[in-house]
Amino acid sequence: MSLKHRKALAAESISVKQKAYLNARLRHKRFVQISRVLLLLFFLGLWETAVRQKWIDGFIFSSPSRIFNTFLTMLKDGTIFEHVGATLFETVASFFLVVICGLFFAVLLWCSEKLSEIMEPYLVVLNSLPKSALAPLLIVWLGANRSTIIVAGMSVAIFGTILNLYTGFREVSKDKMKLIYTLGGSRYHVLTKVVLPSTVPATISIMKVNIGLCLVGVVIGEFIGARCGLGYLIIYGSQVFKLDWVLMSIVILCIIAMGLYGLIGVVEKWYQKRI
Amino acid sequence: MEVSDKVSLLECKHVNYSYHTMSGETHALSDVSFQVNDGEFTVIVGPSGCGKSTLLSLICSLNEPESGSILLNGRSLSAHTDFHIGYMPQKDQLFEWRNVYGNITLGLEIQRRLSKENLEFTEKLMREYGLWDFRHVKPSQLSGGMRQRAALIRTLVLRPSLLLLDEPFSALDYQTRLTVSDDIYRIIKREHKTAILVTHDLAEAVSMADTVIVLSNRPATVAAKVPVHFSIEERTPMKSRNAPEFKEYFNMIWKELNTYVPET
Repeated sequence: MSLKHRKALAAESISVKQKAYLNARLRHKRFVQISRVLLLLFFLGLWETAVRQKWIDGFIFSSPSRIFNTFLTMLKDGTIFEHVGATLFETVASFFLVVICGLFFAVLLWCSEKLSEIMEPYLVVLNSLPKSALAPLLIVWLGANRSTIIVAGMSVAIFGTILNLYTGFREVSKDKMKLIYTLGGSRYHVLTKVVLPSTVPATISIMKVNIGLCLVGVVIGEFIGARCGLGYLIIYGSQVFKLDWVLMSIVILCIIAMGLYGLIGVVEKWYQKRI
Repeated sequence: MEVSDKVSLLECKHVNYSYHTMSGETHALSDVSFQVNDGEFTVIVGPSGCGKSTLLSLICSLNEPESGSILLNGRSLSAHTDFHIGYMPQKDQLFEWRNVYGNITLGLEIQRRLSKENLEFTEKLMREYGLWDFRHVKPSQLSGGMRQRAALIRTLVLRPSLLLLDEPFSALDYQTRLTVSDDIYRIIKREHKTAILVTHDLAEAVSMADTVIVLSNRPATVAAKVPVHFSIEERTPMKSRNAPEFKEYFNMIWKELNTYVPET
């Protein structure tokens, strides 16, 4: 209440210079936003014109209108829901599994210094390995089914998550840990009262990266061993030269990536506000 | 020697301690012996890095002495199963993800002592020292002085028989430092707590202490014990600073400290 009051006071006693500054900031913000939209419209317009004027071949390059029409057709027969739903479900599932497994293993490493030292080189190697190399193997071992795709999605993010979470856990201040001991706590209390709560912001930003990585893994998995999903649509479309399908899938993947990233951004904002 | 009729609450007997690292061994404490009487305010001073904080972490059982013993009420520390020694760290270490109330009850929560009685005691202390109205507030919204109060009360709600204060004012600017040390001193005296404070600030030591223990350079040993008496009524650190004896004590301890400055 007092904060609101202060803000109201501030609004009344605003000086001319301050007003000018605020207006300049607002203009700047608007300029950036409008430019962003214009750039997109310009690009789409150029693409569409280039195809209509036969500067480029619409059969290979598709065009915004062809992509939109393809989308409408697939919307009418409902197949789009199947593909988008599959990819979305697999991504979200692998994301949550990465969060759970990542936290579990990071805590395990934190609990035992010996274990973490033993495991370190293996985790580093597994993390830097190009995970797309694993996908064909996963298909052979686990079969061409949905759980394989989810594992493929996890494989891209899991090792980095474990390493980054563990590093975050290690960076917790020694003095805060000491405080818990002086209050009569044990290592368990250090974990639950200090390490986990203090690393929530770091955990959220790791998750922000992860959701994108999971999407990458899922699409790679779908390339090789799926009967539906956007990755499947891209591979199948390129094989039968339906490039409208390919480009439409890419556009939808962009939107999904943006949406999922934004969703975690909302969680982050909510947490910051609560703190 | 004279026989004291006061009860000694804490007794350190020939305590030795060394740090071990790959690059070698650092002898931190050498044959440290002293007593702390019930209800007294003891201040340990010594040059920076001499092992003052090490001594405190031994007293609150974070580490064990390599030899010698530390007795609380005549029994060794490990023989005590319940909580007796409260510790106030260098910085307040309040957790930003908990509100003030959550921070103050952290110790009770950890020790599973969130009983009605203890929570009422917490409320009483928080009301008495002006923190109750701030109970839902985040620590970052408190002033430096209030943060120190909160940190002290976080320890007091556990009803420790001995309080350890590890340079609790060193993170504050000079002016706040004076008022906060006055404030903390008053609270400790009002709650009749025995306290050991560690500092490298001589003036602070003299202004607060009933007894000053001077430690030498590393490996630290007790260089002198100076009982401090002021001819003033209702002593506070601020009043002590203006007392006529203040300067004498200051100079005396200054000399004791300098006898142990290493030859260069």
